[in-house]
Amino acid sequence: MNKFEVSQIIFYITTLVFLARPLGSYVADALEAKSVAQGRIFGPIENLIYRLCGINTGEQMNWKGYAGALLAFNVLGFLAVFLLQLFQRYLPLNPNGSGPIEWALAFNTAVSFMTNTNWQSYAGETTLSYLTQMLGLTVQNFLSAATGVAVFAALARGLSGKQTSNIGNFWADITRFTIRVLLPLSLFVALLLLGSGVVQTFKPNAVVKTLEGAGQAIPLGPAASQIAIKQIGTNGGGFFNANSAHPLENPTPLSNFIEMLSLLLLPVACVFAYGRMTGNKRHAHILLLVMFTIWAVGLGLALYSEYSASSTIGGSALMEGKETRFGVTNSVLWAVSTTAASNGSVNAMHSSLSPIAGGVAIFNIMLGEVIFGGVGAGMYGMLLFVLLTVFLCGLMVGRTPEYLGKKVEKREIQMAILGILAPSAVILVGAALTCAVTSALSSLSAKGPHGLSEILYAWSSASGNNGSAFAGLNANTAFYNIGLAIAMLIGRFAVIIPCLAIAGSMGGKLPCPLSAGTLPTDTPTFGVLLAAVIVVVGGLTFFPSLALGAIVEQLLMLKGAAF
Amino acid sequence: MKDKNFWNKDLVSTAVLESFIKLNPKTQFRKPVMFVTLVGAAMVTAGIIQKLPHYSGFEFQIALWLWFTVLFANFAEAMAEGHGKARAESLRKSKVEILARLLENGKETKVPASQLRKGDTVVCEAGDPIPGDGEVIEGIASVDESAITGESAPVIRESGGDRSAVTGGTKVISDRIVVRISADPGQSFVDRMIALIENASRQKTPNEIALNLVLSALTIVFLLAVGSLKLFADYSATAGGQDLSAIVTVPVLVSLLVCLIPTTIGGLLSAIGIAGMDRLVQRNVIAKSGRAVEAAGDIDVLMLDKTGTITLGNRMASAFVPALGVTEQELAEAAQLASLADETPEGRSIVVLAKTKFQLRAKELHPHEARFIPFSASTQFSGVELLDTERKPARKILKGAIAAIKVECGGKFPSELDKAQAGISNQGGTPLAVIDNGRVLGLIHLKDIVKGGIKERFSQLRKMGIKTVMITGDNPLTAAAIAAEAGVDDFMAQATPESKLARIRLEQASGRLVAMTGDGTNDAPALAQADVAVTMNTGTQAAREAGNMVDLDSNPTKLIEIVETGKQLLMTRGSLTTFSIANDIAKYFAIIPAVFGALYAVNGGAGPLSVLNVMRLHSPQSAILSAIIFNALIIVALIPLALRGVKYIAVDAQTLLRRNMFIYGLGGIVVPFIGIKLLDMLISAVGLVG
Repeated sequence: MNKFEVSQIIFYITTLVFLARPLGSYVADALEAKSVAQGRIFGPIENLIYRLCGINTGEQMNWKGYAGALLAFNVLGFLAVFLLQLFQRYLPLNPNGSGPIEWALAFNTAVSFMTNTNWQSYAGETTLSYLTQMLGLTVQNFLSAATGVAVFAALARGLSGKQTSNIGNFWADITRFTIRVLLPLSLFVALLLLGSGVVQTFKPNAVVKTLEGAGQAIPLGPAASQIAIKQIGTNGGGFFNANSAHPLENPTPLSNFIEMLSLLLLPVACVFAYGRMTGNKRHAHILLLVMFTIWAVGLGLALYSEYSASSTIGGSALMEGKETRFGVTNSVLWAVSTTAASNGSVNAMHSSLSPIAGGVAIFNIMLGEVIFGGVGAGMYGMLLFVLLTVFLCGLMVGRTPEYLGKKVEKREIQMAILGILAPSAVILVGAALTCAVTSALSSLSAKGPHGLSEILYAWSSASGNNGSAFAGLNANTAFYNIGLAIAMLIGRFAVIIPCLAIAGSMGGKLPCPLSAGTLPTDTPTFGVLLAAVIVVVGGLTFFPSLALGAIVEQLLMLKGAAF
Repeated sequence: MKDKNFWNKDLVSTAVLESFIKLNPKTQFRKPVMFVTLVGAAMVTAGIIQKLPHYSGFEFQIALWLWFTVLFANFAEAMAEGHGKARAESLRKSKVEILARLLENGKETKVPASQLRKGDTVVCEAGDPIPGDGEVIEGIASVDESAITGESAPVIRESGGDRSAVTGGTKVISDRIVVRISADPGQSFVDRMIALIENASRQKTPNEIALNLVLSALTIVFLLAVGSLKLFADYSATAGGQDLSAIVTVPVLVSLLVCLIPTTIGGLLSAIGIAGMDRLVQRNVIAKSGRAVEAAGDIDVLMLDKTGTITLGNRMASAFVPALGVTEQELAEAAQLASLADETPEGRSIVVLAKTKFQLRAKELHPHEARFIPFSASTQFSGVELLDTERKPARKILKGAIAAIKVECGGKFPSELDKAQAGISNQGGTPLAVIDNGRVLGLIHLKDIVKGGIKERFSQLRKMGIKTVMITGDNPLTAAAIAAEAGVDDFMAQATPESKLARIRLEQASGRLVAMTGDGTNDAPALAQADVAVTMNTGTQAAREAGNMVDLDSNPTKLIEIVETGKQLLMTRGSLTTFSIANDIAKYFAIIPAVFGALYAVNGGAGPLSVLNVMRLHSPQSAILSAIIFNALIIVALIPLALRGVKYIAVDAQTLLRRNMFIYGLGGIVVPFIGIKLLDMLISAVGLVG
C-alpha cells in the first residue's frame, strides 16, 4: 500500500460524509414531507400517483396496517418479476431472444429482487430480456430500497412518537422516497456513469471480430440506468454477470469512485436522517461512529491480510480475480463496503480475496447488515442492536431500560431478539444443511476450508439480503435456488415485521423526561458498548464456523497451502 | 447478611439435599438454560451407560461435571430459599395457634385465631396476643410489636386516628382494646410475608421475564452454532482426509454447548430474585409483589411527608427575640417559667433552650407558689401564675400565638416585634410571644428541625436521578424555607389529599414513576395512585391496604433503601449476564483449538488452528475438562455475590455503567483465561486425563 492509496481511502470517507450529511436532512424532510420547496417540485407528480392509485395520504396506519400494506405491495412486486421472467419470450424488448426461465430460478430471482438482496443465480446478459431487466429488476431496485426506508421511517416515528400507535402511511412513504430521493439521485448518477463510459442502449449484442479472426458477441444493453440504482439503492444486482468488474459496467477509476460513493451514500445519509427525525443528532452521530469504526477495523484487517499474504505468495500483489484498473486497495475497499452495506455489487471476485479479507466480508454480512447496511434496512437493523444494548445497559445500572425516553419492555426485547437472531439462525441452519446434502456439495468449486467459506458466504449473503456471491459456487440448482430464496425471505421479513411491531408498541408509550438515572445513548461509552454487543453477538455465533473456514484457510495459506 | 451466618451448616446441608430434589425435569423446564444443561448431562450419561462395561475416564468426568453444573445452580437457588425460609420460620413462630376472645352480641367466646373471619371483633387485654390483623375500634393500649419489627419498645395503638392498625402476632402489654379483624386467615401480613419469601422464585417480574427471553434466545443460537459445527466438522474432516471422530464426540460437543450457553446467570437468576426479596425483608419491609420492588429501582420522583420524614416530628425553640429594653436572658427566664408545666415537646424545647443558652435551671415550683394555665385551643396560650405568700396572683406569664397575645396585651404590642415575627414566619418558623404581666417581653422562634444527614441522602438521590418532593400542610413560605434547608428539589405546600393525588397524576402523565410514603387514611388515594407506595406499619388499615409495601419500622426514609434494593436486583442480574457472556470468549479459545487443533495437520504435526491455543493448555482433553469445570465452579463462586447483590453506589448512570462494565465485562473476559489455565495445570499435574 502506498501513500496514494491511503489518501484515496481518506478522501473517499471525507467525500462520503460531506455528501451524506445534507442528503440525510433532505431524506428526513422528504419522508416527513416537511420541505415546502420539495413539495412544490415533486408534489404534482406524487398527487397524480396518489389519485391514480386512490391513496389517501392523510390516513395514518397502525403497525399492523402498515405491515399489511407492505406485504401486499411486496407480493405484487414478486409476482411481476416472476411472471415477466416466465413469459419474457412473448414480450417485447428481447432482441437477444432470451427464452423462458426455469421456475425455481425465476422464483429465486423474483424473491431476490423483491427483498433488496439481488442475489443472482443467473448471468444477466445471457438469461434475461431487456424488458425483464428494466421493468422487472430495475423497478424492484427502486421499490425494494423504498420499502426498506419505509420501515426505517416507521420505526423512527414509533421510537420518537408521542403516544400514538400510528406510524405513518406506507403508500405515501414509498412514493415520497422514490420520487423525491431515488429517482433524482439515480438519474444524476446514471448521467455521471454514462459520461464515464457505461453503456446505455437498446441495441442487441455487438459482434466483433477478434485478432484471431473469430467472432465475439459483446453484450450491451440499458446498463447505466440500472447500475445507478443498483448502487444507490444498495441492491447490487449487476446488469452483467461480472457486475462492476465488467468494463462496460464500471470502465474507469472515476466510474469506480462514483459507484463506491453511491454504494454507501444513502445508508450513511439514513443515519443522519434518523438524527433529524428523532431530534437526537448526537445519538445518530454515535451510531455512525460505531458503524465507521467496525467498518474501518474490517477494512484494516482485510487490507493487512491482502498485503501480508502477497509476501507468502512470491511477493507480487494478489491480483487473481481483481481488475488491473482498480488494483488491490480499491478492490478491497469495495469488497468491505459492499458487504457492510448489504449492497452486494462487486468489482472483484471475493472468492479470490485472501482468506481473512474474504472472512471480513462474510463476517460483515453475518453481523446482520448493520454496518451501514441496506438503504433503511441498515438503520432498522442497527436499531434492534441499540435496543438490545440499551436493555443490557439498563440492567447494569439498575433501571428499566429506556430508549429516547421510552421504556424498553418485554415485547420490544422479544421482537428485537427475533429480528437479530432469525437471520443468524438461517445462516447456520442453511450452511449446516448444505454440508449434509451431498448433491449440494457438488456445486462447490473449491474443497477444504475455502469450500466451507463458499457455503457460508452464500447463506449469509442470502439471509443478510446482501446478494453478492463468493463466486465459485454454482447456485443455479433447485436446492440453492429454493433454499436461498427462503433464506432471503426470512432474512428480510423476520426483521421487518419485528421492527414494525416495535414501532407500534414504542409509539404508544409515554416518553419520560431524562434524569441523571437515565443512561444517555449519545455518549462514546454507549457507542463502545453498542459496538461490543454487535461484535460479540456476531462473534460468538459464528466464531466456530469462521474458524473452520476463513481462519484455518489463512493459517494454511501462511504455511503455503492455498485452496 | 452477616458473613458468619452465610454458610450456616444447617442451611448448607438442607440446600445440598434440595439440589438433588430440584433435578426434577419439571422444575428445570422453567429455566431453559439449565434445562438444556440437564438434557446434555443426561445424554452424555446415557452414552456412557450404553458403552458399558467399556468406558472412557474423560467422558465419565465430563458427565460428572455436567451434573455438577446443574446441581450447583440448584444449590444456589436452595441457598437463597434457605435464607428466606429461615426468616419465614421465625415469623411463623409468631403465628402459634392462639385463642382469640371473639366478641359476639356483647358475649365473649374463645375460638382459635385461625377461625376468625374478616369483620369479627375480638377483645385483647394486657398479656393477650392479637389474633389477627385488624383495626382498633375501641380503647387504647400499648403493644409489643417486636415479633414483627424487631423493635423492642412498645407502641401505642388506639381507636380512630392514624394509629389504629394492629398486626396479628403482636402482643398487648397494657390496657384493653377491641379489634375488628380485617383479614381472613392466610391473608394477614405475616402470611403474605411468608408466602412472599417462599414463593419468590415462582412469580417472575417483567424485567426477569425479558432477561429470560434474552437468555433463551442465546441458548437457541448456541444450540444452532454447536449443532452446525458438527456438520462443518464432518465436512472439514472429509475435505482434509482426516478422521476427527475421536474428538468430535457427543460429550465434547455437549461440553462446548454448556460452556457457551449462559449457565452462570441462568443458574443464579432465581437465586438473585429470591435474595432480593430477602434483603428487603431484612430491612423490615414487606412488598406485596416483586414487581413493586423492581419498580422501586425505576423511581423518578419521591414524595415524602415533611413531618417525621424530613423534619423531626415537632417544632423546637431555636432563638429568643427580646423586645426593646428587655435582655435576652430576661426573656429566656420568663419563657422558661411559662413553659415549666408544658409537657408538649415544644414547651420542653423552650426549657432546654433557656438552660443551654443561659444556664437557667428549671425552678421547682410548688403548687402553693404557682398556678399553671394550661393551653387551650380557644385561648391559644399557656403559662403560669406565680403566687405571693398569701397565695394571691402576683405575676402572670403567658406564651402563645401572636394574635392571642396581642389581645392579652391590650394593643401595646411593640412594633419592632411585629417586624421580627414576620421575619420568623418568612424563615419557615413559628413565632410565639411571651407576655409578663401585660408587658410583651419578646418572641420565641420555634422551628422545624431537619433530621441530621437527610440532606446528604437527598443529594445521593439527586445523583441517582431521583427528584424529591416534600409534602406539607404548612404555608408556602414555611415550606420553602424547610425545603431549602433540607435540600429537597421541590415542595408542595398546603397539601390536601386531592392536591397530592393531582400532583402524582401530573408527574405520571409526564412519564415519571412516583414513589410515596404515607400513613394516614387521607393518604390512601394518593398511595393507591403512586407506582410505589410505602405505608408505615403504624398507619391506618386503609393506608396499608392502598400501599404496595409496608415498612414495619415505620421509618419513612426507608424508601431510599427500597430504591437501592430494587436497583441492586437489576444490577446483579445485568452484571452476571455480562460476566456470563464475556466468559464465552475464553471458552472458545480453550475448546476450538482443542477440538480442531489437528485439523488439516500435515504429517501428524500440529494443525494450523492449534495457534488459537493461546493459553497453551496441556492436551485437548484437559482443555475441554478445564473449561467445563471452570464453568461449573464459577456458579458456586458467584453464589455469595448473587445473594448479597452487586454493590450499589449513588452515582449517575454513566459512571455506574462504566464501573460495572469494567468489573464484570472486562473481568468476565480475563478471569476465565486465568481460571481455565490454572485448572488445566492442576488437571495435568494430577493426571486426571491424558
